[in-house]
Amino acid sequence: MRDLTEAFVELIRRASTDLPADVEAALRKAHDSEEPGSAAERALATILENVELARSASTPICQDTGTPIFTVYHPPGTSTSELERQIRNALAIATRRTYLRPNAVDPLTGKNSGDNTGIAFPTIHFHEWEQDELRVSLQLKGGGSENVSIQYKLPYAPLKAGRDLEGVRRVVLDAVNKAQGLGCAPGVLGIAIGGDRGTSYMKAKEQLLRPLDDVNPIPELAALEARLLDEINRLGIGPMGFGGKTTVLAVKIGTAHRLPASYFVSIAYMCWADRRAHMRVRGEEITYE
Amino acid sequence: MNELTVPISEEAIRALHVGDTVSLNGVIVTARDAAHKYMIENFIEGKPPESERELYERLKELLSGSAIYHCGPVVKQEDGKWSFVAAGPTTSMREEPYQAQVIGHFGLRAVIGKGGMGPKTLEACQKYGAVYLHTIGGAASLIAQSVKEVLAVYKMELGVPEAMWVIRVENFPAVVTMDSHGKSIHAEVAEHSGERLKELLGL
Repeated sequence: MRDLTEAFVELIRRASTDLPADVEAALRKAHDSEEPGSAAERALATILENVELARSASTPICQDTGTPIFTVYHPPGTSTSELERQIRNALAIATRRTYLRPNAVDPLTGKNSGDNTGIAFPTIHFHEWEQDELRVSLQLKGGGSENVSIQYKLPYAPLKAGRDLEGVRRVVLDAVNKAQGLGCAPGVLGIAIGGDRGTSYMKAKEQLLRPLDDVNPIPELAALEARLLDEINRLGIGPMGFGGKTTVLAVKIGTAHRLPASYFVSIAYMCWADRRAHMRVRGEEITYE
Repeated sequence: MNELTVPISEEAIRALHVGDTVSLNGVIVTARDAAHKYMIENFIEGKPPESERELYERLKELLSGSAIYHCGPVVKQEDGKWSFVAAGPTTSMREEPYQAQVIGHFGLRAVIGKGGMGPKTLEACQKYGAVYLHTIGGAASLIAQSVKEVLAVYKMELGVPEAMWVIRVENFPAVVTMDSHGKSIHAEVAEHSGERLKELLGL
């Protein structure tokens, strides 16, 4: 099997040092909508300046280079254990080249592995598909935003949230209010309705791979996404929690089948540094987006 | 823009109010979760063990009139010399259980981070004459440009992000979001958004 280690290093470099075009465009739009001279506007101007600098200097946008989450679609007959070995090797190389901060800590000893590999670190989701190409997406999810991510179990009496989309709406608004600026607002919300506790969070994070300006194919979810985006931004938390018009850039909702007994709503909060990059390998050709 | 130079006087701190922008110059020290736990256990609530005595004395000199920066940087080492590649702030709220004691014990004049801190830290700012300085979360490449020199690193066994990096900063940009007069922008924004939430939910 072909050695893709250097291709993975390049995927990591791109994810860490450059922001997807849709995210940068959303930040620019947010900047232009804030009051000139306000703390919110200044924060967004600094953010945009930093994005440009990181891109040109090829240095990390944020020093918290996060949990690396790989989603791999591979043709039949691919060795996933070999791909995993190459990915882990690429993380170690990318860490040495300072595209990543050493970020994997043993919870028992407190020891940092030094190379971004460890137990269940990185996260890799493998899926086999019928296409003749390999497709790899990488998300870098920072700890500040992970810490404000939250899971609710409906019904949730304190918010009068029942087992329906109105209940979902109520807990999502509460989650963003609880997060304030701590998750590096303006963030992006990946939300899952249903699943078990584990798959629910997985599904929520998967939503973060969607382009910010796509429209949910399920009309009632599309309507809820639009309504939540508007209502959340009326909370006034603003960039960095300084107050302002932009608290989130987008809201993306997906579903997973649940047990009759359980109704989870999982909210994966992603910081403004919404780092994701994609790679395709077809024959000899490797492309990035 | 208010210039602050280490050692920072109490008078300079008392003159600051929330919303003021500052430009910080001088030697400061990074410290985050593990370092705060370490300082509390070894220096503040416990007596420094013999092996940590020298570091304790060094930190007392460094931190008096200076600032702690909540930051776990990306660093590189060339020819034995360290430098900062990316160095934005981490979420400060995790240090809320420790920060007030650290401010009081070491005579800090500023705590730098993101997201703001809670009532215990705000009270310590008032009592001891300190401020919370907010930098822009995620603006790591930009902020690293203000870090001119790495002078030393302590507690490297905690790992690169958690180690205590002694750095010299120039024109380090920040905004006062908690002052020494009991005002916190974070508390105000949270109160306001809480009211909006109640309206939206009809609670």
